[in-house]
Amino acid sequence: MSQDHNKSRRHFLGQAAATTAVIAPGITLMTIAQANQDQPHGASSSKRWGMLVDTNKCTDGCTDCVSACQQENGWGDGSSDESLSNPQQKAQWIRTVTIRDKQTGHTNQLPMMCQHCESPACVDVCPTGASMKRVDGIVLVDKHICIGCRYCMMACPYKARSFVHESLHDQKSNSPRGKGTVEACTMCVHRVDHGDQPACVEKCSSGAMMFGDLNDPNSDISKKLAEVDSTQIRADLGLNPSIRYSGI
Amino acid sequence: MLSQMLKQISRQRVTVVALVLGSLMGYASIAQSGDRDGVRSSISPNAGDSCVRETSWMRRNHMELLQHDRDRTLRQGIRSVDGSIKGCVECHVQQDDHGNTVAINAENQFCSSCHAFTSVSIDCFECHATTPDSVKRAAK
Repeated sequence: MSQDHNKSRRHFLGQAAATTAVIAPGITLMTIAQANQDQPHGASSSKRWGMLVDTNKCTDGCTDCVSACQQENGWGDGSSDESLSNPQQKAQWIRTVTIRDKQTGHTNQLPMMCQHCESPACVDVCPTGASMKRVDGIVLVDKHICIGCRYCMMACPYKARSFVHESLHDQKSNSPRGKGTVEACTMCVHRVDHGDQPACVEKCSSGAMMFGDLNDPNSDISKKLAEVDSTQIRADLGLNPSIRYSGI
Repeated sequence: MLSQMLKQISRQRVTVVALVLGSLMGYASIAQSGDRDGVRSSISPNAGDSCVRETSWMRRNHMELLQHDRDRTLRQGIRSVDGSIKGCVECHVQQDDHGNTVAINAENQFCSSCHAFTSVSIDCFECHATTPDSVKRAAK
């Protein structure tokens, strides 16, 4: 009896294996197809994307970069969403900051956004790995695995990240955004991957912003950085941001 | 006594196996028959001749493709992928009688019709755009 029982069990297992083989081949085939298809393009570690902002050219009261970012990525005035959030809660990927020398009264305006640090504090503290840095230095949030804990917002010394507090419906197809996730400047990664410049740089009417590869000594930005005096904001923290400012 | 118990157990086991196999086959037949019971295949005029994979394959595995390629796009910056949700929306989105584009997750639209039929909730459009950019959206 027990032998019969074992036999039928073996028979069942055999059948089950056969069934699996019928269901599974699609998945196996896909893996092989993907592996062959893989192109060597995509983000490259030989590059490090960065920006140089000339604060002497940045015009007081101008918000070209902010509105360009809003239109490109669908937040603030570029979206009909977030009507329930108060101004302190609303997303802010880029903002203008005015700094004033207390002794002379001289003021300077500059755009402030994610500084795309080489050693980002937000990536260090992220418990899920959602906060990540691409090999070309662009710091992003993988919203698929972001749990909305906001540790990164606490860790960021530049106050660059925002949290979405309400359901959204009016997103741009290149900038997915949603309730319960943290977001920030992506350096317009969807444009950069196609060889374009970030929206803020393109729309800056005073030509105060420059974008390029910091690793390439022949890029315009590297030549300019070698020529002019520039600084990183809160350089004392040793995070080595990719955004540099001159004239402050 | 013991053999009777064993017999009973093995009979129960056969029933369970039959039930499991039956439900698997039922699912497979649903996945293969797209045009029945209100589950329709809607292809917009923007679409080309065919999907990125066979339709029958896509019906079962589109989520695997999307999940695989989302990581390649986001983390590695590889944007020429088959599993692009933007691509899904561009091809499968429909227009209403006034020429306005209807959100792809609206009732009876491409994504939602199948997902409602199979009782699988769809989270993609909590974040992702439901219509291509620069089109006139239909009022909700």
